Amino acid sequence: MSAATSVPISLRMESRSRRSEPAADPRPRVSTEPGPARLLAGLPARGQWRSLARHRAQYGQLPAPGTRPNGRLMEVIERSGLTGRGGGGFPTARKLRAVAAGRGERVVVVNATEGEPLSAKDALLIAAQPHLVLDGALLAAHAVAASRIYVCVDRRHRESAAALRRSLAERAGREAVGCDVRIVDTPPRYVSGEETALVHFLNNGPAKPTLAPPRPSERGVDRCPTLVQNVETLAHLAQVASFGSDWFRQAGTAAEPGTALFTVTGESGPVVLEAGLGSLGGDVLAAAGVLGAAGAPPAGVALVGGFFGTWVPTAELARTQLSRDGLAPLGAGTGAGVLALLPAGTCGLLETARLLRWYAGESAGQCGPCAFGLPALAGTAAEIAAGRARGEDAARLWRWANEIEGRGGCRHPDGAVRLVRSAFAVFRPDLEDHLAGRPCEGSHHPVLRVPASSREWR
Amino acid sequence: MTGRRRFRLVVDPIACDGHGVCAELLPEWIRLDDWGYPILNPSAVPPELFRQAKWAVANCPKLALSLRAEGASQRLRQPATPVR
Repeated sequence: MSAATSVPISLRMESRSRRSEPAADPRPRVSTEPGPARLLAGLPARGQWRSLARHRAQYGQLPAPGTRPNGRLMEVIERSGLTGRGGGGFPTARKLRAVAAGRGERVVVVNATEGEPLSAKDALLIAAQPHLVLDGALLAAHAVAASRIYVCVDRRHRESAAALRRSLAERAGREAVGCDVRIVDTPPRYVSGEETALVHFLNNGPAKPTLAPPRPSERGVDRCPTLVQNVETLAHLAQVASFGSDWFRQAGTAAEPGTALFTVTGESGPVVLEAGLGSLGGDVLAAAGVLGAAGAPPAGVALVGGFFGTWVPTAELARTQLSRDGLAPLGAGTGAGVLALLPAGTCGLLETARLLRWYAGESAGQCGPCAFGLPALAGTAAEIAAGRARGEDAARLWRWANEIEGRGGCRHPDGAVRLVRSAFAVFRPDLEDHLAGRPCEGSHHPVLRVPASSREWR
Repeated sequence: MTGRRRFRLVVDPIACDGHGVCAELLPEWIRLDDWGYPILNPSAVPPELFRQAKWAVANCPKLALSLRAEGASQRLRQPATPVR
């Protein structure tokens, strides 16, 4: 629920759409189109548990853990071209090698925090494929010769933690885990999912980012070389280890191979889909069932990459390939795989203002340009949305965005800057009306569900 | 004194508290944003400003400012394990 009653109605955090009935299944729908379905292939029905035995029947046994890094496994991952699926897109093999080359004990951190509010893919993966995720973590540990694995789950996501605990319990006594695996509950904050923040938290500090260098791969948990990987990345890793790098490269593009999970949100709730990287946006949106009548051009605007993403007109998204190369010309990226569709009539400036308020609330407050700059951006954006701002206010917002960029200790403020820039580009006609004191009708109707920010860091 | 090595001024944004001493000592290279935090010229510090740049680094109350040699990857950082 929104905090102060003095917040203008247009900035109320909860959207006014109907709340879902308590009896409805809150989990997202899943589609195996456009595919190919790999992570989402043969998922158990809702509420059903795929046992370890059935999982092993499909994937085989894990290799015995060794005391030295496994170069052969790292080579297979390198040939596959697998990159991070948590938003960073960093080549996985390069990270593995950096950690394996480190001195002393090595640690693996599984990032299951899924801080992006609109993303549902990681939670789905953990609920439906927990053994695949754990295999991925153990294989990564095996690759870098790590002796400890921390699985970090947002403490609000109790179902995910329960599924992981159940999977671990199933293994105990049935197969040698070979590694100390602990499930850790993390604070419900967005930046807490950043890799240095997770390391900071595991080092008994607050879950706030620290300055890098050194990166966690160099010095992380207990000063050990630490590998931090998203759950989806690890699930792909487990499949590559089982089915090979050639198989992995049969999907996606040459530059960006493999499949990725996407969360598409429209009017009827989120859908999680799997598609080869480079798939056409229109194919993914159609498979999610969010495009209008066949033949009608898509209307409205999309938030590509989630809250940390970029505004793109839906029609343009539909004809763009979903890959780094495809989206870069639009100033966008796949990010955490979120495609949030807003219908025609939505006020993009209102939604931008609400998102900037969220950005300000999620700041760790460690760096001046972020701690002061984001609330300033949010305040002026709200005035613009309400039609109370004029040209010089917009110019000041633009200047602030340019000055804030790159001056935080992490990439959090850069997301706000990107949002402002894409808003100015995509909503330029609306902007001119708003600055002339003529806010649009949509500015009275918030659409996006923007969660309230917690104050917990430990 | 520096030979041919070139240096850039960098700030640790987490350590920086916006005291603004750096901008006072080196206004040719550092200005403050609307909230009092330093915006540094990202180019290599020219020879005639180098001595003053070192003076600014030495006088930062939070030791947040440093000179980084071009090509070097290390810069002033916080400890990975916080001091209790």
